[in-house]
Amino acid sequence: MTVTDPDPREATAARTDPGRTLDVTLKVWRQAGPDAEGHFATYEAPGISEDMSFLEMLDVVNERLADEGVEPISFDHDCREGICGTCSLMINGQAHGPERGTATCQLHMRTFSDGDTIVIEPFRATAFPIIKDLMVDRAAFDRIVEAGGYITVAAGSAPDANLIPVPKVVADAAMDAAACIACGACVAACPNSAANLFTAAKAAHLNLLPQGQSQRYQRTETMVDTMEDFFGSCTNHGECEAACPKEISIDFIATMNKDYLRAKLKNRRYLSRNG
Amino acid sequence: MTATSTRDVGGPTGGEGADQASALNDRYGAPIKRKQRRPAPWPVELYRSGLGKKYVMAITGIALMGFVFAHMVGNLKMFLGPASFNEYGEFLRELLVPILPHHVALWLMRIGLIVAFVLHIHASYALTRMNRQARTVRYQSRQDYAAATYASRTMRWSGVIVGLFLVWHLFDLSWTGTGAPFYRGDPYTNTDNSLSRIPVAVLYIVANLALGLHLFHGSWSLFQSMGWNNPRFNRWRRNFAWTFAAIIVIGNVSFPIAVLAGVVDV
Ligand code: HEM
Ligand code: SF4
Ligand code: FES
Repeated sequence: MTVTDPDPREATAARTDPGRTLDVTLKVWRQAGPDAEGHFATYEAPGISEDMSFLEMLDVVNERLADEGVEPISFDHDCREGICGTCSLMINGQAHGPERGTATCQLHMRTFSDGDTIVIEPFRATAFPIIKDLMVDRAAFDRIVEAGGYITVAAGSAPDANLIPVPKVVADAAMDAAACIACGACVAACPNSAANLFTAAKAAHLNLLPQGQSQRYQRTETMVDTMEDFFGSCTNHGECEAACPKEISIDFIATMNKDYLRAKLKNRRYLSRNG
Repeated sequence: MTATSTRDVGGPTGGEGADQASALNDRYGAPIKRKQRRPAPWPVELYRSGLGKKYVMAITGIALMGFVFAHMVGNLKMFLGPASFNEYGEFLRELLVPILPHHVALWLMRIGLIVAFVLHIHASYALTRMNRQARTVRYQSRQDYAAATYASRTMRWSGVIVGLFLVWHLFDLSWTGTGAPFYRGDPYTNTDNSLSRIPVAVLYIVANLALGLHLFHGSWSLFQSMGWNNPRFNRWRRNFAWTFAAIIVIGNVSFPIAVLAGVVDV
């Protein structure tokens, strides 16, 4: 034992010290139900620790609202560590707030300044109807994944490891696409409410790998066609890429476009039968 | 087209899960109602999709870019004097003669351009409608854009300005003239007469700035729409777009300025 070891009591003291705090004003979209009329409500949120995440700040506000007998604000959240894609929110006009490459749950209050007014709106798209307040239904994404997000494999005995060689760069690119957490920020940020980044990511993580080749073109076609039943079209603004908490690249959209054209060419006999 | 498409690829759709899903769909997130259509030959089928329309948009855009570029370069002959400029007009009428009869090549190009224009405008109209349907309730607070540019967000306005200007331009210098003395077959004099009017010169400049904005986004966007994406040339795409837009704007704007400055004068 040397004298340079920190005093454990001090360490504990540091942890409970709230640090810098800020007073913020929230303008929050309140809507009682899917068909109810919505409006912005203003709430004061004083003494918020800058170490809190955005959602923890909302928890604190909700705690107080509940004490005051006001209905707490409904918002989506689950893992609170940026992996599930459940959290959402347009914060000051940006999907998942001002920080790049993070979901709302990873956004910290230190990003804001004392005295800020923060405007919070739900993600908006026809395909993402509001359930209540800030919660939206993103089931349209499930429809797209259902439309093609699987591969055929030979079921039965377990295959040997590394039976199918995958080049490292390809595995990395597929992994980049697979990082999509299906949060919907790309749709929320897009001026056209297009879901091309999401769909391209979901198609690419299978389409790039050898295991995904057998249905590559059919998958692209059905996923895109389903996507277009719900969402807008891509004008290549690049807003999705900027909003994406996983920083998925719009390069995947170009790949999807190319595969879609090939699908229409390759499948044309099939199409003429089936419409 | 419905969400649970009949173009099933043989996977595990249908069954109980799908029933629950469609029950949910009835309440929330139902697909946007789009017209039910009969099956059609594959190019039509392709054009019915949003992505297919983007291909048409991009291909017709490239054709129009080629036209705009050639038109600008041809007009530079204005600086070589009336004989040279009018001779260029004659050259267009005599293009590919004697392989084709007089005027035929010119008319083929015109028809190609008209078709490209009509398709380009129809696709942009249809896509705009699709986008409107996809967000019927707009954001109630101001959206803070991180990547979209002024050019990319005003494509439909810059496009409409260019389109309206084009009609006016055809009346002005091809068909009837617009008030200034107009002589069929003497484009040099007509250009000078028309552009000597300050409001007309300003109109030409404004319309070409709109075209520049349109091309600044469009000639980048087309690479993505066409699926032309490769790490080897990706960093050149932006450079290409702004260079192309700049060349067109500088070239075209030089004509009204030259007329006003008296460089081009009968
Ligand atoms: C000489 C005239 C024109 C040229 C050279 C031109 C060129 C282009 C190009 C290269 C694109 C990009 C296509 C893509 O993203 O793949 C584009 C997009 C577009 N153009 Fe044009 N265009 C012209 C006239 C017009 C006109 C007259 C209109 C409308 C009335 C129009 C409306 C649009 C719209 C709305 C888009 C964006 C579509 C989208 O991404 O959703 N353009 N144009
Ligand atoms: S692409 Fe990015 S923004 Fe879109 S759903 Fe996936 S993770 Fe979210
Ligand atoms: S709550 Fe899971 S990603 Fe934000």
